[in-house]
Amino acid sequence: MSEKPLAPAIEGWHTMTAKPHLIGTQCAACGTYFFPKQSQYCKNPGCDSTDFREVELSRTGQVWSYTNACYQPPEPFVAPDPFEPYTIAAVQLEKEEMVVLGQVVKGVDVDDLEVGMTMELVLEPLHETDDDIKVSWKWQPVAS
Amino acid sequence: MSNEIAILGAGMHPWGKWGHNFVQYGVAAAREALADAGVPWQDVSFVSGGATVRCGYPGYVAGATFAQALGWQGAEVNTSYAACASGSQALAAARNKILAGECDVALVVGADTTPKGFLAPAKGYRPEDPDWVRFYLGITNPTYFALYARRRMDLYGDTLEDFAAVKVKNSRIGSKNPRARYRKCFTAEDVAASAMVADPLRLMDICATSDGGAALIVSSLDYARKIGKGDAPRVAAISTVTPTFASGVVEMPDIATDSAAADGVEARSFRSTLPLKAYEEAGIGPEDVDLAEVYDLSTALELDWIEDLRLAPRGEAAALLRNGDTSLGGRIPVNVSGGLACFGEAVPAQALAQVCELTWQLRGEAGDRQVEGAKVGITANQGLFGHGSSVIVRT
Repeated sequence: MSEKPLAPAIEGWHTMTAKPHLIGTQCAACGTYFFPKQSQYCKNPGCDSTDFREVELSRTGQVWSYTNACYQPPEPFVAPDPFEPYTIAAVQLEKEEMVVLGQVVKGVDVDDLEVGMTMELVLEPLHETDDDIKVSWKWQPVAS
Repeated sequence: MSNEIAILGAGMHPWGKWGHNFVQYGVAAAREALADAGVPWQDVSFVSGGATVRCGYPGYVAGATFAQALGWQGAEVNTSYAACASGSQALAAARNKILAGECDVALVVGADTTPKGFLAPAKGYRPEDPDWVRFYLGITNPTYFALYARRRMDLYGDTLEDFAAVKVKNSRIGSKNPRARYRKCFTAEDVAASAMVADPLRLMDICATSDGGAALIVSSLDYARKIGKGDAPRVAAISTVTPTFASGVVEMPDIATDSAAADGVEARSFRSTLPLKAYEEAGIGPEDVDLAEVYDLSTALELDWIEDLRLAPRGEAAALLRNGDTSLGGRIPVNVSGGLACFGEAVPAQALAQVCELTWQLRGEAGDRQVEGAKVGITANQGLFGHGSSVIVRT
């Protein structure tokens, strides 16, 4: 990678800190969390609140399931040449009671994962543009 | 039962990948269904089409498109779009019209022509579109199928051999279906030798996209009796319910599930709740079902559906499979049409194709694929954005 500045692949979806968090919202009335952010209407059928606060989601959770991508996805995915397969995990956040998908950091294979394993959120480059290096959230096994 | 309608005729254009105009597939299916029913086209007073979103404006107004192609005769038309459940929703529209007494006999038809490769979202920077987000982050349709499959392996001990056995079973029975696109009998070795797509799923575990068309002629029970078809199979239930919050299984195209953190909210599985309304409406239970046509977008997903339909306790579908219970001649045959494994998916036609198969089975006309004494069949499918359906057909 070059010395280009780091920039979030999707603006405002996570902090750019050393110990990053996904940025979601929480309904001020019923407590439902939303990721991606929801700040117009609550999707809980028993709640009609329009009042939301922005919150940082838990940055650790348990593996719900996992897989990998052996073939290059279509655009808007930006693939390295040659394409390198990557691992994907669905991680259950306990407090939020929701599952969030994401790539797994480079160097971790499906053989290294199992359902229930603890993962933490980190940032890693997704792809490079002429101006910057786009980073996104990825899941990383917590060293036990 | 007062809310039943009769299935007088079923028809399908064979599935394949020809790239022809979708209208010709639908017309061929409709003509076959009309001939099967012995009903003149002029007697059809409602045409209910499943929309295709890949074939331009004629696809958005499929009901009118097919009515025009068959020859305008003044019928009322409807078009339904519900992703993979489009056919069932079109069928539900026809049922409502018939049960309201506004129509005696209706044509329900869906057809599609599919592009090659991945179905890609629109371009640009569009983070408000979940379909754009997931492709940008590298999450494709097989990702979701593979997450479900891997979870079965880690939770229930399902194996790669189990998944391959689903493909072997479906290809063996599908080889006897002249309407299927893939008619080769594949072996477990063939599956194991195919390329890994999304671990643990290989190319032969995942269904293709196909061209195809399917149609039904449905009527009031009075009309069926009047033309001497009082014993025709009946649609006993149609469930097209949405998920119930909080949807706890991550579904295409979302990057996250609903949160179940609010008081009184629990995480639920959409697939699992979908058939409940169908069973309730038909007044029967899983123990009454003789065969099932389920949406095997992947081999492993067939096993999920078997449990979602309550045909096996959670985690025990693979045991049924290994025991031969879900094969032709077994206790509860699943996908005796050959399923998506042998057809590939033609979205607006697929839910109707499932009902076509049940119709032929319940009439005892399925030939080499016949389930002996079949009296009750159930379908299940699921698509994008909270769409899904389950239809019960009985004699």
